[in-house]
Amino acid sequence: MGSRPELVAPPEIFYDDTEARKYTSSSRIIEIQASLSERALELLALPEDDVPKLLLDIGCGSGLSGETISENGHHWIGLDISPSMLNIALEREVEGDLLLSDMGQGLGLRPGVIDGAISISAVQWLCNADRSSHNPRLRLKAFFTSLYKCLSSGAKAVFQLYPQNVAQRELILNAAMNAGFGGGIVVDFPHSSKKRKEFLVLACGQQSMNSSLTIGKTEDEKGFSDHDDEDEDEENHTVCFSDRHRRPFKKQKNNKNGKGREWILRKKEQMRRRGNDVPLDTKYTGRKRKGRF
Amino acid sequence: MRLLTHNMLSSNIRGVVNGFPLRIEAGKVVEKNVEINGDFLKNMFVKIDWKAFVEASQSMGYTELPEEADSSMLDSDEFLNRFHHALLELHLEEGALVCPETGRRFPVSKGIPNMLLHEDEV
Repeated sequence: MGSRPELVAPPEIFYDDTEARKYTSSSRIIEIQASLSERALELLALPEDDVPKLLLDIGCGSGLSGETISENGHHWIGLDISPSMLNIALEREVEGDLLLSDMGQGLGLRPGVIDGAISISAVQWLCNADRSSHNPRLRLKAFFTSLYKCLSSGAKAVFQLYPQNVAQRELILNAAMNAGFGGGIVVDFPHSSKKRKEFLVLACGQQSMNSSLTIGKTEDEKGFSDHDDEDEDEENHTVCFSDRHRRPFKKQKNNKNGKGREWILRKKEQMRRRGNDVPLDTKYTGRKRKGRF
Repeated sequence: MRLLTHNMLSSNIRGVVNGFPLRIEAGKVVEKNVEINGDFLKNMFVKIDWKAFVEASQSMGYTELPEEADSSMLDSDEFLNRFHHALLELHLEEGALVCPETGRRFPVSKGIPNMLLHEDEV
């Protein structure tokens, strides 16, 4: 992974005219943003009664995620701190209303009017202190308390985020819990470092979380719940533990037939778990070529 | 910016108790046609602060909304059409929003209100 934009400059400076245009003209980024917002909407689990809702897009940027909301027939209000990104959104004629606003200053919205909120790759910016007056803890608090206030009862908020480390994830989660939200983190593709995506799913009010929501996606569409994740951590833990007591490294047998079919199958399974595209296992897998080649 | 958004916005300057509604200084107003959706309007009606909504639409030059409204009026198509027009089709393109308590102006340019606060207002 390249350098993180958060570490380069504050958002309103990093996303200048050139960077904003680059961001929105890259088909790869557009595709990723669309699939992330699609998934965020799915996690938002709005009631399926075909009534358009009023949603909030926090850190809407050039409106890539907003477009997904419009496609699903909802109205949205987007806010972002970068004027250049908002200008691109204007050029793209997005359907939602745009606000130039800093989420760390709190959202200036009336209580209880918003039906749900999504935010794609934005909240981690709050963890940076870009000015002497910034205090990440206070800014997170201002953001989450004002968000809690403006959401209607039972509404959800879904944030896709790239926390830099465990401490940052904890900081964000604690701020959300202190503001009164319930919920937790859903991890999609937990085995793959490339495709791994984290969503912070928060619910407002007493409504219990739908259990199907807390299931992350994996390559074969088989869900891993948070609980499974814990089990896995334990497993990893035991692996690490037994590592220390492992017998001295045995030299790999290197016969002329290569490493063998079993080894190949094991490696392929491993790559599949990481979310890579791997050819199917067939009777030809691990077979030697004929001599005439 | 539509009146839908205006009706949700309030000023969050530190120390302001009632930052709603923001007064509209209309410079340029444009109209964009949007398809009407009765369900959405009924859903929004309960959330709209009607008095602020009527005042806002008047300051944008649209005066056909009744001063008082209750949910029984939602059955009338004529009312729905007016409500829809004012809520979703009127856009404030240039102008400003003014905080009712402090008089602080939030400029609106190209339809985007600048709600950024100065450091001493947070």
